[in-house]
Amino acid sequence: MTNTTKPVAIREFPVEEFPETHYLNATKGLKSWMLTLDHKRIGLMYLASVIFFFFVGGLLALALRLELWEPAQNFMDAETYNRVFTLHGAVMIFLFIIPSIPAALGNIFLPVMLGAKDVAFPRLNLASFYIYLGGAMFTLYSMAHGGIDTGWTFYTPYSTNSGSAVISMTFGVFIMGFSSILTGVNFITTVHKMRAPGQTWGKLPLFVWSLYATGVIQVLATPVLAITLLLLIMERTLGIGIFDPALGGDPVLFQHFFWFYSHPAVYIMIVPGFGIISELISTFSRKVIFGYWAVALSSLAIAFIGFLVWGHHMFTSGQSELSTVVFSFLTFFVGLPTGIKIMNWVATMYRGSIWLATPMLYAIEFLFLFTIGGLTGIMLGALSVDIHLHDTYYVVAHFHYVMMGGTVFAFLGGLHYWWPKFTGKMYNETLAKIASVILFIGFNMTFLPQFVMGSQGMPRRYFGYLEQFQTLHQYSTVGSWILGVGFLLVAYYLIVSLVKGAKAPSNPWGGRSLEWMTSSPMPAHNFEHVPVVIHGPYDHHQPIAEFRMGIDAPHHDTTHA
Amino acid sequence: MERLKDYFLPESASTFASDTDGLFMFINISGGLLLLGITIALIWFSWKYKRRREDEVTPVIRHSTILEVTWTVIPLVLILFVFAWGFRGWATMRNAPADAYEVYVTGLSFGWQFTYPNGVISGTELVVPAGRPVRLIMQSRDVIHSFFVPDFRIKQDLMPNRYTTAWFEAPEPGEHVIFCTEFCGSGHSAMLGKVKVVPVAEFETWLTAEKAKTEGDLPLAELGRNVFNQQGCMACHSVDGSAGIGPTFKGLAGSQRSFTDGSSATADDNYLRESILRSNAKVVAGFAPAMPSYQGVLSDRQVDALIAFIKEQQ
Repeated sequence: MTNTTKPVAIREFPVEEFPETHYLNATKGLKSWMLTLDHKRIGLMYLASVIFFFFVGGLLALALRLELWEPAQNFMDAETYNRVFTLHGAVMIFLFIIPSIPAALGNIFLPVMLGAKDVAFPRLNLASFYIYLGGAMFTLYSMAHGGIDTGWTFYTPYSTNSGSAVISMTFGVFIMGFSSILTGVNFITTVHKMRAPGQTWGKLPLFVWSLYATGVIQVLATPVLAITLLLLIMERTLGIGIFDPALGGDPVLFQHFFWFYSHPAVYIMIVPGFGIISELISTFSRKVIFGYWAVALSSLAIAFIGFLVWGHHMFTSGQSELSTVVFSFLTFFVGLPTGIKIMNWVATMYRGSIWLATPMLYAIEFLFLFTIGGLTGIMLGALSVDIHLHDTYYVVAHFHYVMMGGTVFAFLGGLHYWWPKFTGKMYNETLAKIASVILFIGFNMTFLPQFVMGSQGMPRRYFGYLEQFQTLHQYSTVGSWILGVGFLLVAYYLIVSLVKGAKAPSNPWGGRSLEWMTSSPMPAHNFEHVPVVIHGPYDHHQPIAEFRMGIDAPHHDTTHA
Repeated sequence: MERLKDYFLPESASTFASDTDGLFMFINISGGLLLLGITIALIWFSWKYKRRREDEVTPVIRHSTILEVTWTVIPLVLILFVFAWGFRGWATMRNAPADAYEVYVTGLSFGWQFTYPNGVISGTELVVPAGRPVRLIMQSRDVIHSFFVPDFRIKQDLMPNRYTTAWFEAPEPGEHVIFCTEFCGSGHSAMLGKVKVVPVAEFETWLTAEKAKTEGDLPLAELGRNVFNQQGCMACHSVDGSAGIGPTFKGLAGSQRSFTDGSSATADDNYLRESILRSNAKVVAGFAPAMPSYQGVLSDRQVDALIAFIKEQQ
């Protein structure tokens, strides 16, 4: 018997403020966490893990910057330096940034924003977390056993011959790939099948759209990385001769395989950030998002075009000249949907009612930094200029503006935005704003000089360098200290907030999407009723009562069918 | 504007540098204007539309086709223009003039070697005539390296399994640094070279003089010194006792060596020969197995000469 044909009564459900029981204390004990199927708890465990690995990667970065204070050897030798920069890249990319927004914040909020009880496959969700942890263990193991000095790109034939722990590291990344695929499958299915009544595609929050686009890339691109790394492992152990020219292989083939994943992976890292920014700009401008479909579909466009541009990492590699021209041409077309997003966000602020709370501060900083990241990407797409800039600090600065100025600032924005929702605590707003400004200054001080160095010809992955670059390197190093102080401050006030922060109301920012229509922290099943969606997630002109609609029946008695 | 360019970019010393620089500056300026516009809008909106009362209502502005089209088409025109400009400059870089002077380039961990048409080999230093196009035919002996001369705005990877090419023309005499820009191991950042652009007459003289250095009737140790310089051995092995990427040659011959596998041996002629030809058979403790093999690269006489040269470094 189904109840879908039964007439249902819809009424408003006022939100219970400061609930006694919520998902954090619904069940107790270590086991209730380790074996939880609750997407919010899994998301929290992801969050703790990615923050831990961000801390590890950050310490490695500080060590690198300190070593570069002097042109010659400072406190570590070349071999150590090479291992440290490889680990910094691998940890930040595979352990932090790829899972950061989708698997942590996305896991917590995707089902809530859809009005669902959980993701489509809760057990798969837990499995993907443990697979991620397993992969991370292999990475830590390879750190302890000699490290790896190939760079996070594992280029052959260096990686087939290097004596370091290439196999355990790539195997770790191989395993983590599965975690990423499973998360992608889960999110895509959830978006398709688990939306609340009335939650049409045109009413999806843009964060959900961005996670959907990300899921598509994760599912389609990650298997190629897995195959590539497996081939690399087989090359090292069995000598199958697919990449190593000494065995008749072709090293450029590895680069094609690698970038076929790793370029789309750049969008796995940044597109969820776009989603967060859309949420922040609309909520804190108290205004309907401008160009909803332009913003939503540009995520999908980026996901699609992102698959066609991998060869722009290889303009100097000796790939065929025709490919080089085609890849350069297509690369520029990623710029269009990206530009459209930026303009739509700025247009959303026009005639808004702008509240410069901490998350909004991060969103505005994101817009500035990411615009720089995007424009310098245009520079690197231009063939003749890229020949000069390829593999210099210009590229290093560019991708840090995109990955850190973009994704990390969006992540911080999202973290501060949703913190009251998933912890039930407020943080010190003044300290948070100060920290945000410190991070902004530190970030620019670290990476702006790197654009200049790169233009002047300073190659990346250099342990020693010519003395002419020392001043700029020192600016950059001082900047990294400022960044370090900023992150310590963030850690400080967030911990204070956890311990003795004021209780958070259910909707501290005046948001309109579904996660703000339930208690802070959320109940174990997200809602005490089946939400019914009437308005879009950015309809700030509609009365809040109309966003709290639900089917007048206990939640556990209904099905989503 | 000129001063800005001089600050951002290295000396412009090849015929295509100015075109690349022009595009670099064009993107910087147009991008800079865009960034400025966005920043002003962000700051202006944040100030002008700052929330002053809690009950403020905002207008419903959902969409504007005219605006969407505008900010799609204008960037589209710009990127097509940038693509075309970049393509034009790059096409020039890919098409060497038919009369270019050809030099073979070998990259190896961690040095450069330049072979001239008359058989002269120069280690580390690429000497070329001013005002004449020079085409480089490049190959790596081990892992991927990349040949980068910032002053020329050229860069090309060197592959172990095929030739890659690049060309340049330096109008004026001068010296320019060569970097390796594809990560190749512990000596990556020490893999420096130099392009020395000299007047044509001076180039001819240099080439003749170098040729004489490879003639067969030189004394062994002297030939060995030439091989040492030409093969770029000094990139890793010093002769003054200072530690490099590899052990110093000073006092090497006849000394007791301990290896990474715990064994040890005396550095006699056979040890030296083996270390040159099968370079990683015995690796001295404290060093990485980074040296490429010289089997098939050096003739027997050159190996003899190199050993004689090493023995002289006491």
